Amino acid sequence: MGELAITVNGEPRRVPAPATLDDLLRHLGLDPRTVVVEHNRQIVRRPLLAGQALAPGDSVELVHFVGGG
Amino acid sequence: MPETLQAAGPVLDTPLVIGEQPFRSRLMVGTGKYRSNADMVRAIEASGADVVTVAVRRVDLDRTKEEGVLHHLSPDQYFLLANTAGCYSADEAVRYARLAREAGFNDFVKLEVIGDRETLLPDVDGLLTAARELVRDGFKVLAYSNDDLVTALRLEDAGCAAVMPLASPIGSGLGLLNPFSIRTIKRRLHVPVIVDAGVGTASDACLTMEQGVDGILMNTALAEAQDPVTMAWAMRWAVDAGRAAFLAGRMPRREVAVPSSPARGMLE
Repeated sequence: MGELAITVNGEPRRVPAPATLDDLLRHLGLDPRTVVVEHNRQIVRRPLLAGQALAPGDSVELVHFVGGG
Repeated sequence: MPETLQAAGPVLDTPLVIGEQPFRSRLMVGTGKYRSNADMVRAIEASGADVVTVAVRRVDLDRTKEEGVLHHLSPDQYFLLANTAGCYSADEAVRYARLAREAGFNDFVKLEVIGDRETLLPDVDGLLTAARELVRDGFKVLAYSNDDLVTALRLEDAGCAAVMPLASPIGSGLGLLNPFSIRTIKRRLHVPVIVDAGVGTASDACLTMEQGVDGILMNTALAEAQDPVTMAWAMRWAVDAGRAAFLAGRMPRREVAVPSSPARGMLE
């Protein structure tokens, strides 16, 4: 059981391997219902998060709604 | 109770409908730049708005206690209109719009493609490109535009559900700089025209609505008021007053005085 080196929101991160996107959100303490996930520039719908495996070098963006005009 | 001063009741008006979605209020408000979340929530309640805009940004991974805006505003109570603020290209704006839609609330987007950092004026070319792509992708696009008729017509041709010309630059509070342009755009377009950006105080909102536009979107005028809640009430009345005045039809302007009291019947 090693670690995966990935990029999350532009920052390098290491997560315990193997990991899915759902695992990543849990690792980061995020509720999947409150974020939208983009994996290597592709949006991943919530029901598919648990089935999508992370690979070394992957890039993940986690976004949500903030105040704006 | 401030509610008792709300005076829009007897004015007959058709409801505002954008992309087949009816809205109660012609005042739409942003959620940015408030001094506190409590101020924001109270001001938005006071405004009577049902459309509130939100932005799409990265989750702050180091401070997950800093909750998103939905921690404070219920998506059951408001129609969330996501924007693409901060996007400087069509591709970037399309990416943000798709992320926003994935949040799962609706397929509306307030499209912004900015072309200049100082004025935040739109990049018309990028705006049209993004609008066409998002319309093709099934979005209801409300396009933030400059106050140029031809741009507005092209955005309508592109299939936008509404066009949102500015009153003056974003966050400037300069008010309605060109009533003629806004009137012309309203007269020529078939889709709703929502003036977005630049309104600073209640008289600006009232004057804007008097041009006959379908609504106003504002943020900074509330967020940066000394008292955002009271300003939200003022804006609510101003929008209603301006709308009512437009519906009523104003008297003609004259360059001479005309007495209001009878000229006849004066004493010898």
